[in-house]
Amino acid sequence: MTWALSAPWLVVGTVPDESIALLHGPCVLDRAGLAVGDTALPVRRGTPALLAAACAACAVLDLETPQTLLAGDAGSGHGSRKAYDRLRAVLPALAPRGLTFHYLFPDLAGHDQVLIAIQALPVRPLLVADAGFMYAAKMSGQALEYDLFTPDAGELAFLADELAPHPFYTRGFLLGPEAAPAELIQRAWDSGGAAKHLLVKGQSDRIVHEGKVLAEIDGPQTPAMEAIGGTGDTLTGMVTALLMSGRNVPRACAIGALANRLLGQLAHPTPATPVAGLLEHVGEALRLALETEAALPSKR
Amino acid sequence: MKLPFRWGAKAPRPKQNAAASQGHDKGVMAFAHTAEVIRAEASLKAAGLAVRVMGPPPDMRTGCDMVVEFELVREPQARRALTLANLAPMAIAPVQAGMLEPVSLFQAKDFGQWLMVRAANMKLTVDKTSRIIVNISGGGCPDVPALAELLVGQTLSAAPSPLSRGQTLCAYALELAFCEAKRLLAEQP
Repeated sequence: MTWALSAPWLVVGTVPDESIALLHGPCVLDRAGLAVGDTALPVRRGTPALLAAACAACAVLDLETPQTLLAGDAGSGHGSRKAYDRLRAVLPALAPRGLTFHYLFPDLAGHDQVLIAIQALPVRPLLVADAGFMYAAKMSGQALEYDLFTPDAGELAFLADELAPHPFYTRGFLLGPEAAPAELIQRAWDSGGAAKHLLVKGQSDRIVHEGKVLAEIDGPQTPAMEAIGGTGDTLTGMVTALLMSGRNVPRACAIGALANRLLGQLAHPTPATPVAGLLEHVGEALRLALETEAALPSKR
Repeated sequence: MKLPFRWGAKAPRPKQNAAASQGHDKGVMAFAHTAEVIRAEASLKAAGLAVRVMGPPPDMRTGCDMVVEFELVREPQARRALTLANLAPMAIAPVQAGMLEPVSLFQAKDFGQWLMVRAANMKLTVDKTSRIIVNISGGGCPDVPALAELLVGQTLSAAPSPLSRGQTLCAYALELAFCEAKRLLAEQP
């Protein structure tokens, strides 16, 4: 049994405002900005940046926008717990084709309960984890249940450290210059810290399957992107939209990574540019990246 | 301005008294939430106690958490300081094997006009001339976007300490990057 492309995709994350109760529904991006239902969401970084990029990419790909489950959480973890509880309640009826987990309080019990609920579904959805939920997924020892993690360099070192429950505790020998990405990728896979696929963000973006690097994308180079908060979120948003289109994980990652790099080229940012200054270029960047798709090795 | 850039600079460690640095007679306090650990550490340090945060031993881990390591002999003094701060540890136990140390490596990247400092998964970028924080990236805990909104646009001197407002380990990592940026871009007299 497989999913129809019309089945929903759910993005689960937070907004840094504890006064916001749970928001559940499709997200909308128009000239007024990003909104879920009647709630307008400022796009500065974090899950709203992911959603804005996903919506813009869906417009290019002629797709419905993703469903969202957002909790107001500024770090207390209360909102994230509400999101975990609501997710378990709605999963059977929603029957999502895929889930993208994002800025959530990395609570091991919350993660495990959600994963058990997912495993109980008749058909397993595609699972993408980034940010705090990726930390919890790795710590749980069940990283292999996930189809894609999207770490940056510091997070890759954390995935490779079998002892670290959070990037804050990553051991120094894995964080220093002597730790080559390829070795960290292999170590993360061997120690069970990696999902089936990784999209490792960095000077060169690496697409990884079961510990092996499938592709590296190293251009165009816009070094300032590393300093801009939210550029990882735009990448995860575009990759989510590409997965929603039915493309397989390596293909979605390759196009998404190239599009995110083109985003930097088009926006000419400095390290002081806010991510909002990049978002208007998502559509054009993705269209340009899609022009290269014919050169990729496999369809879908 | 010549900056002491170096890859993998070691963080200066706070001075500890003799007993605390000898590695024995230590205990750990566990709290219900990381935010309480952050407050407890500040309260205990203000009371003159030698403490540091550590990763909890494996059987105590719940996710985004840490414990406060302290000298067991000073438990009464520590409890008094915590009571004054309306804090109560959930548990106190002797130090066990398997505890993890916070990151102590920084990486600084020079963008010409700007300097980016990374600690673990957090990156903080500052205009070298004005000392204004222009961007914060990385991290995955939900208080990172809130902290970024609070800090970006402020100078290193005027910005609140990330730990004073944050509640998670990402906030703690950001605090380390913040302190390192202040050290590298010290205010000119």
